[in-house]
Amino acid sequence: MKSAVIVFPGSNCDRDVAVALEKFQIKNKMVWHDEVNLPKCDLVVLPGGFSYGDYLRTGCIASKSKIIESIVEHGKKGGLILGICNGFQILIETGLLPGVLLRNKKLKFLSRNVFLKVVNTNNKFCSNYKKKDIIKLPIAHNEGNYFASTDLIKKLENENLVAFKYCDKDGKIENDSNPNGSSNNIAGILNEKKNILGMMPHPERLIEPILSGDDGSILFTSLLKS
Amino acid sequence: MKISITVTLKEDVLDPQGKVVKQTLINMGYQNIENVRQGKHFEIEINEKDKKRAEIISQEICKKLLANTIIENYTINFKE
Amino acid sequence: MKITTEIINKHGINSEEYKKIVSLIGRDPNLLELGIFSAMWNEHCSYKSSKKYLRTLPTKNSKVIQGPGENAGIVDIEDNDALVFKIESHNHPSFIEPYQGAATGVGGILRDVFTMGARPIATLNSIHFGAPSHPKTKNLLSGVVSGIGGYGNCMGIPTIGGEVKFDSSYNENILVNAMAVGLTKKNKIFFSKAEGINKSVIYVGSKTGRDGIHGASMASAEFGDDAEQKKPTVQVGDPFAEKLLLEACLELMNDNSIISIQDMGAAGLTSSSIEMASKGNLGIEIDLNKIPCREKNMTPYEMMLSESQERMLLIINSGKENVAKKIFNKWGLDFSIIGKTTNTKNLVLYFDKNKVADLPLSSLSKNAPMYDRKFKKSINLKKKLPHDKFQNRDLHESLKKILMSPNNCEKNWVWEQYDQTVMGDTIQKPGGNSGVIRIHGKNKGVALTVDSSAHYCLANPVVGAKQVVCETWRNLIAVGSNPLAITNCLNFGNPEKEKIMGQFVETIDGISQACTYLDFPVVSGNVSFYNETKNKAISPTPTIGGVGLIKNLDNMMTKDFKEIGNNIIIIGKTLGHLYQSEFFKEVLNFNDGPPPEINLFNEKNNGLSVLKLITEKLLKSVHDISSGGILVTLSEMCTKNMIGAKIKIPKNYMKIHEYLFGEDQSRYIIEIEEKNIKKVNKVLKDNNIFFENIGKTQKNYLEVENKLKIGLNELNESRKFWFENYFNEEI
Repeated sequence: MKSAVIVFPGSNCDRDVAVALEKFQIKNKMVWHDEVNLPKCDLVVLPGGFSYGDYLRTGCIASKSKIIESIVEHGKKGGLILGICNGFQILIETGLLPGVLLRNKKLKFLSRNVFLKVVNTNNKFCSNYKKKDIIKLPIAHNEGNYFASTDLIKKLENENLVAFKYCDKDGKIENDSNPNGSSNNIAGILNEKKNILGMMPHPERLIEPILSGDDGSILFTSLLKS
Repeated sequence: MKISITVTLKEDVLDPQGKVVKQTLINMGYQNIENVRQGKHFEIEINEKDKKRAEIISQEICKKLLANTIIENYTINFKE
Repeated sequence: MKITTEIINKHGINSEEYKKIVSLIGRDPNLLELGIFSAMWNEHCSYKSSKKYLRTLPTKNSKVIQGPGENAGIVDIEDNDALVFKIESHNHPSFIEPYQGAATGVGGILRDVFTMGARPIATLNSIHFGAPSHPKTKNLLSGVVSGIGGYGNCMGIPTIGGEVKFDSSYNENILVNAMAVGLTKKNKIFFSKAEGINKSVIYVGSKTGRDGIHGASMASAEFGDDAEQKKPTVQVGDPFAEKLLLEACLELMNDNSIISIQDMGAAGLTSSSIEMASKGNLGIEIDLNKIPCREKNMTPYEMMLSESQERMLLIINSGKENVAKKIFNKWGLDFSIIGKTTNTKNLVLYFDKNKVADLPLSSLSKNAPMYDRKFKKSINLKKKLPHDKFQNRDLHESLKKILMSPNNCEKNWVWEQYDQTVMGDTIQKPGGNSGVIRIHGKNKGVALTVDSSAHYCLANPVVGAKQVVCETWRNLIAVGSNPLAITNCLNFGNPEKEKIMGQFVETIDGISQACTYLDFPVVSGNVSFYNETKNKAISPTPTIGGVGLIKNLDNMMTKDFKEIGNNIIIIGKTLGHLYQSEFFKEVLNFNDGPPPEINLFNEKNNGLSVLKLITEKLLKSVHDISSGGILVTLSEMCTKNMIGAKIKIPKNYMKIHEYLFGEDQSRYIIEIEEKNIKKVNKVLKDNNIFFENIGKTQKNYLEVENKLKIGLNELNESRKFWFENYFNEEI
């Protein structure tokens, strides 16, 4: 499997996700935002960070980059796209995923480990989570509050397009376990064809036990399997 | 009474956001954009019929909350 | 413009200093030159009040690659790796504009690290605020924490340690001390010394505006009633620009283009150009028309003194200018050849084809004033409190009161606003004894901590300063690291007052004694004077940032109890010292009396023995005993895994409060499995360590036999209480 990690000015988690991809034997290339064409690859990753400092709106300026057109094409052809944190925000600004990511309800940046329920394991990113669907991953964001119209939320739920939800250690999904106020505790969503995943938590940060867990590994092994 | 308040950065203060927005617009093809300064806009409805009193209140809320007077200016406009 | 006495005074230069300027340059300076002297000769840049004493600190050992004198200090962490680190203050600007002051403080210290070729891998910070009830405190606390997070998170560097303290002595003078740590290879270190004549001097980064003009002077003056008027000098940070600058610099550093590099910090272009040229014993010539300016019609004065952020000065090898330009253009940064090195040993400035300044560099740096300020020995606090005033205090309530106080509660509200795990190498987050970062791609790590004990230092500066260094050392040992070196941020009031200068001299003495004995040298740091308002000075606050090496991360230790039924041993003797303890301060409101003494022999002996036990894998958890004494330390060991303890006060110990809350130094609490008890006892006995086996870990409660039984949930809630209550929100 081949991947391409897109690097924008201000991306911070590009190295982290490259390390994770290579650890799981996915051959990776780093691609500068100013390139027009993607290298041949199966998976495009938009990493976390603060592209363009989050200025104007988070992910907005990155969504105007030269490379975006190729990424949209890649998605249309059924290629896999993974957007993590700022990457998710960029996918939303490009229109590849619906909805909006607003400021956290407590108006503060929040960095901590959270529990997640893997709601949809029938996709190429989450298939290995069938064996373990209550997991722990870190979040670190200021604008992770997923918001969409009532109709859109209904559609996401009904068509099984929600990938992850914030929950407690027993898998209970409720207000107390929602760190940022996102609608229905949504932490990650898929597009209709299920080849594009946007998620706020950082799977690439929890890939070995010494880092307080390795639930992130499962996402990468799912990808490799696909 | 309806009041609109605009808060902008003081002249010599660095505006990192404006700088990036300007560069992006130029990159998008708008070559003649010379400068961009980003600010905030508030629309306030106040239950006060006396314009002088409304003005005093507006000044106060700008100084106490809406603007960081160390680095920002504000303008108050009354809407008819 | 005629230089009047008023203008000279406004520049913070006294009449003696002015006479010296005239004698050094052989004439009166013009306004621009006066501005340049003002920036270079103020306390922040020249260290004129502190230099004499800073030179007495121990700064070398076999692991030190670079001591004080460069942008940051550097230690050898084996297999060609080098750790670059420094702590610096940004106190006065943070009081005026907390978000931007704290943000630009972080920006400045990060630049000091990456200017030496090191990619920053962690930051820490020590922040001190006034009494929580003081009207300014809440906003300052919010603003500073927001600002630190706003800058550090955007840069993508994890914040893994720190401290937050509250005391009324900081009511009108908060402290923001930011520490940065970076990683490079021993053979890839970049210095600021200029070399070679006729080499291009290049400006890179953001454009120059009118920010912070005379900021360095602001840091060298007390706040008077005109503090409000100083507002416009606060700089605004742009962490996105700095991230670009970081990547561009590191990219350029991959090959051999750079001869020297210096970031533009306090006093901007002035201090950076002068320092680069002085160190290389060269001259420097600058054409001010080449400075990239953000605002129209900037004057030479403004350009030289601007403290606009996110800028660097480079001297590049001949022929490599285009390579460098391409890199900086790729990252969207300004790049301008602004001058060249010369052999005149002068700073020469041109504007509009006129020479506007011509000063011998030696007058600005080497011959800057160095004062031997008068000082008074400190009157140490001695008052006693009779035993009957507290012998009946309820233990349960006392413990809770301490845990619910702002200085002893859980600080998650603060550090969860900082990204702790970006870069994927954070092995221990804030909340433990030290933060631990893995060296990327290897199984070794570095332990990092920052500590201060201002109340101890106020009570007795020598002993207090010794204690802070020892506590830092202990915090590094407790996670299983070999302590290597420290960086220090010395925060004091006005050194022109004999009492304050006395505190400073004694603090240096205390630091020296501890660092020398522990082989724990000072490799970098800064001094912040004039932290006082209307004659009220802050308590003497030396902040110590320590660094240790964990050669194999399999040996790293944490402070949380691991299993029920394990033994609990206290390393070190408990004499029951209650003065300056949290018990006396929080429960009895008694702030007088001496701090606990330090016995350096025991400190070293106990620490090295604990480290030996850790390396031999005989321990399950380790926590050093500091604020609050044994009871508070045990509480902190119970919380993460919800495993409590049941202990018994040793038979020969009659005084309960002294034993449980005493803050005697050089002590640790360790957790040992039953199967290892014999081996541990042997190691301790062989090393002549005083120790007491006081009990075992257990379910659900923290218990002192016959005296106290408190549920772990209650302990946790107590620790969470203060921040939730102060900000009226659930964490």
